Amino acid sequence: MQKILRESGHLVRLALVLAAGFLIFMAVRAAIVPKSFGQYGHYRGAVLEEIRAKPISFAGRATCEVCHDEVAKTKSEGKHAGLGCEACHGPSAAHTEDPTTNHAFKPNPATLCVRCHEADRARPKTFPQVTSKDHANGMSCGDCHKPHSPKI
Amino acid sequence: MEQDMNRRELLKDTGKFVILSGAARVAFKTMQGETVPEPEKDKYKAAEHWWGMTIDIDKCIGCGNCVKACAAENGVPDGYFRTWVERYYVSDDHPEKPEVDSPNGGMNGFPVMDRPDAKSFFVPKLCNHCADSPCVQACPVGATFESPDGVVLVDQKYCVGCRYCIQACPYGCRYLDPRKNVVDKCTLCYHRITKGLTTACVEVCPTASRQLADFKNPNDPVHKFMRENHVEVLKPHLATGAKTYYKDLDGSVR
Repeated sequence: MQKILRESGHLVRLALVLAAGFLIFMAVRAAIVPKSFGQYGHYRGAVLEEIRAKPISFAGRATCEVCHDEVAKTKSEGKHAGLGCEACHGPSAAHTEDPTTNHAFKPNPATLCVRCHEADRARPKTFPQVTSKDHANGMSCGDCHKPHSPKI
Repeated sequence: MEQDMNRRELLKDTGKFVILSGAARVAFKTMQGETVPEPEKDKYKAAEHWWGMTIDIDKCIGCGNCVKACAAENGVPDGYFRTWVERYYVSDDHPEKPEVDSPNGGMNGFPVMDRPDAKSFFVPKLCNHCADSPCVQACPVGATFESPDGVVLVDQKYCVGCRYCIQACPYGCRYLDPRKNVVDKCTLCYHRITKGLTTACVEVCPTASRQLADFKNPNDPVHKFMRENHVEVLKPHLATGAKTYYKDLDGSVR
């Protein structure tokens, strides 16, 4: 037995070196790989919560209508019933949190309406379009149409 | 000067120290518990959702509201787009060679072009949130992934900015954020849809051309949409499992 041990000493030493290497690898791995890596797949599971935690800029139509119920009613009866408030008024989450200091954007009908309603052959045929030059004769859209319910 | 340690002893002791300190670190970490933030205690359960998007080509008017809203919601740098709108002109003689323009991603609308000689329409584009995404397969570090609810996301703390995924995406939906040197892309407004809101682009779409779809929700209108219309994904031959479905998509769209 003594003889075998003495003669295979180099193998024992090699095994010890390999074991030490393995332990070091496991220790380094445990130290640098985030705990949640592999929780759902080959990625850091905690990142889902990190992405979810980002703040929002658009409050959403339902939030606007909590206060602006009259506008919501006017809109629901007109052609623009399907539009979200922030489609024209821009991101308003800051406004919903503190309406006195943060005012929602008030668009100018002279430049706003043509974004959707200027005639373009690529637009769907059934969508109401005008060539503003001929249609308005220099007037602003808002002079005749009320944006929340545009039918005259 | 006499040394108290010869080389052999020094090596042996160093080896012992390394092994023991490593083991101690593992033990300490285990005792300490994980440093991962506790999942938010709320009603959202990823396993109950499977997100995608539907786009009705016949309703898109090319106003660019979606592009602007996306940039505002997600802080997209100028000249880069998570979503954009293309205007197609397809001539009768060469339907396989469409002309496409998308000035500034369509963010400020399109210059009026009145060409009666061609078929013309708008195609909004965004990440297709593929179920078998080539970009995820290309990522060497596990920084981009398909979430359990079907959204392709980027872990920007893990991304090394190698750009492999940008090359792998057949739809051109990814870019390298020049401010952070990491990859960025459409998250399907993951921070909004998991709070019960819709995406920024859908919120501002004036004609409801875009709709957020939850395929696991039996009451979602997407089921009716899929049943009653001719729908197609972009580049179906690539079998990426794309989940952005287009209604009445013209064959010329690339």
